[in-house]
Amino acid sequence: MTDSRLSIETIGLTKIYGSGNTEVVAMRDASMQVNRGEVVALLGPSGAGKSTFLTAVGLINPPTSGQIRIDGQLVMDGPHAKVHLRSFRRRHIGFVFQKSNLIPFLSAIENVQVALELNGESPRAARRRARELLEYLGVADRSGNYPSMLSGGQQQRVAVARALANRPSVILADEPTAALDSHRGRQVMELFAKVAHERGAGVIVVTHDQRSLDVFDTIYEMEDGVIHRKAHQAATGPTGHRR
Amino acid sequence: MMLAGKDIRHNFGRFALTTFGVGMLLMVVMGMGGIYRGIVEDATLLVDRVGADLWVVQRHTRGPFAEVSRIPMNLADRVAVVPGVQQAREFVYHTIQREREGRPLRMAVLGLSWPVDRGEWIPLTAGRPLRQGHFEMIADESLGLALGEQIRLAKDTFTVVGLTRSMISSSGDGIAFFTTRDAQAIQFDVPGEAVRLERAARKARGEQSDIGSQQPILLEQSQLPASALPPIARPQMSAVLVSLEPGADPRHVAAVIDGWGDVSVYTREGQRNLLLEGTVEKVRRQIGLFRALLTIIAAIIMALILYTLTLDKLHSIALLKLIGAPNRVILGLILQQALVLGIAGYGIAYAVGQRLFPLFPRRVILTQADLLQLGGIVLAISVLSSLLGIWKALKVSPNEVLS
Repeated sequence: MTDSRLSIETIGLTKIYGSGNTEVVAMRDASMQVNRGEVVALLGPSGAGKSTFLTAVGLINPPTSGQIRIDGQLVMDGPHAKVHLRSFRRRHIGFVFQKSNLIPFLSAIENVQVALELNGESPRAARRRARELLEYLGVADRSGNYPSMLSGGQQQRVAVARALANRPSVILADEPTAALDSHRGRQVMELFAKVAHERGAGVIVVTHDQRSLDVFDTIYEMEDGVIHRKAHQAATGPTGHRR
Repeated sequence: MMLAGKDIRHNFGRFALTTFGVGMLLMVVMGMGGIYRGIVEDATLLVDRVGADLWVVQRHTRGPFAEVSRIPMNLADRVAVVPGVQQAREFVYHTIQREREGRPLRMAVLGLSWPVDRGEWIPLTAGRPLRQGHFEMIADESLGLALGEQIRLAKDTFTVVGLTRSMISSSGDGIAFFTTRDAQAIQFDVPGEAVRLERAARKARGEQSDIGSQQPILLEQSQLPASALPPIARPQMSAVLVSLEPGADPRHVAAVIDGWGDVSVYTREGQRNLLLEGTVEKVRRQIGLFRALLTIIAAIIMALILYTLTLDKLHSIALLKLIGAPNRVILGLILQQALVLGIAGYGIAYAVGQRLFPLFPRRVILTQADLLQLGGIVLAISVLSSLLGIWKALKVSPNEVLS
C-alpha cells in the first residue's frame, strides 16, 4: 500500500559491482522515505555509497536489487525499469551537482529553457518560465551570460533553476555547495529548503557541509553502503517554514 | 531549441575556421571536376565551332588534334568536286613555342581557308575577322597579345586584328588564327642557311652522279629560289574540312573520299570521339581518380572534425541525457552540425572557387549538373561522417556527468 504523501521511497536497495573475487557491495539494503516538501541530508565519508544511492534514486544507475517508488509509482524493481527512465527523469526528477554542470554553449536562461523544451514546452513559454525561475532564484540579471561568465554561486542557482524547471517531485543534489564559500553554500542549502517547502518537492542532498545541517528536516548517514537515520530536525526549519 | 546552432554560435571562431578549411578542400574537389569539364570543352571546342560535317585527314591517322596529319594542298580541290560536297576548306593546325619579352609563348596555330573562311565564326571580344590574305591574325586572350600588337613569326610580322576568348587547344594553349598560307609559312619556315646548305648538298650529289655529268644543266636547278627548288618539300596542310550540301548523306560522301586510299575521313562526331577517347581519356581517368580520392579524404577529415567536436561535447551530451533529452535530440545536435559544416563548406567552396578558378591557367568549367552532384555528395558525406560522432554520443552514459 502506498502513502500519497511520499515523494521518494526506496526499499532494500542493494548495489553490487563485479562478481566473485572482484565483487564490491557499494550499497546494502538501503531504505529511505522522503515526504513531499521534505529536505533530507545524506551524510557520510567518501566511498560510503552516497553517490551510488543518489544515482540509483535518480534512475541513472540501476540497483542490483530493491525497489524505488517515486510519487507512489514503482519505477525500479531490482535492475528492471518499470517506466521509460529518460522521460520519467525528465518529468519527475531535478538534479543539482557539485560542479554546476551547466551546458557551456548555452546562456543561463537557455540552460533552464532547454529542460523545459525537452519536456514539450513551446520555446516562448519555456523562455517565459525560465526567466521567472531565474528571477525567483535572484539571477535574472545574468540570464544572457554563459556559464563561464558566472560565479560559482550564480552557476549553482542557475542549476537549481534548471532542476526546478519541470516542477519535479524529486530533487537530488550531490555536494551542491562543495565549490562554494560557506556563506554562498548556506544560501544554496536554504534555497533547497525553500523550494521543497514552497513547491512540495522531496529533496535529497548529499553533503559534507556540517554547518548547514540545521536547514534539513531529516538527516541520514551512510557508511559502508548502509543508511541510518541519524537525527530529526526541529519541527520548524531555519527558513521558518513548517513541515 | 537548435542546440547545434547554439554550439556553433558559442564557438564561432573555431567553427568558422574549420568550415573554411572544409570549404577549401571541397573547392579542390569542385575544381577537379571543373578542370575535367574544361579539358573536354577545350578539346572539343574547335571541332564543334568549326562546324565541318566531315574531316579528311592523312590515311591511317586520327586527325590533326590527335597526331600529325599531312595532306597535299590540292586535296581540297579533289574533295570539292565530290558529289554532295558544298564546300571544302583547307585546315592547318600545329603548335609552336616562341619567346616573347623573355617569356615562353606557346600558341596553337590554326590556318583558315582564305578567302572562303575569314574567321567570321570565331566569337570576337574585340577587333574584326581577317581582311587580307597575309600578315593578320586573331588571337585568344590567353596569349596575352593586345589588339593592334605586332608579333614576328617565321620571316613575317603579323598584326593582331581580332581578339577572342576561350579558344583553347586540347593541350591548353591559346589558339591564334591565320590564313592557311601564313600558318604554313610559320610551320614550314626554313632558315636561309638551311636552304643554302640544301642547295650545296644537291649540287654535290648531282656532280657525283652520272646524270649530273651528262646533263650539267640539272646542276643549275639547285641554284633556283627556295620556292622553285624541287628538293624543298611543298607545304602541306593538316586536314580538309568538308561542309555537305543539304540532304547529302555523310556516310556516302565519306565512303567515296575514303575509297581514294590516301586519306581517312571522320564525321564531326567521330573526330570528337577520337579526341575524347584519345587525348582526353587518360586525363579524364586521372582527374576522376584524383577527385574520388579527394572526396574520400574530405569525408575522412569531416568525420574526424565531427568526432572531435562530439568529444568536446560529451559532458554536455551526458548532461542532456541526464535531464531527459531523447536520442533524437542528441542525434539532431550532431547531424545538424554536420550539415551546417557541409553546406557552409560547400558554399565557401563555390564562392571562393568563383573568384579563384578564372585565375587558373586552364579553364575550370562548373556545370550545374556537376555542382548538383557535388552538393549531393557533400550531403551524403555530412551524414556519413557524422555517424562516428553519433555512435560515440549515443554510447555516453548520463553517469559521466558525475565523473
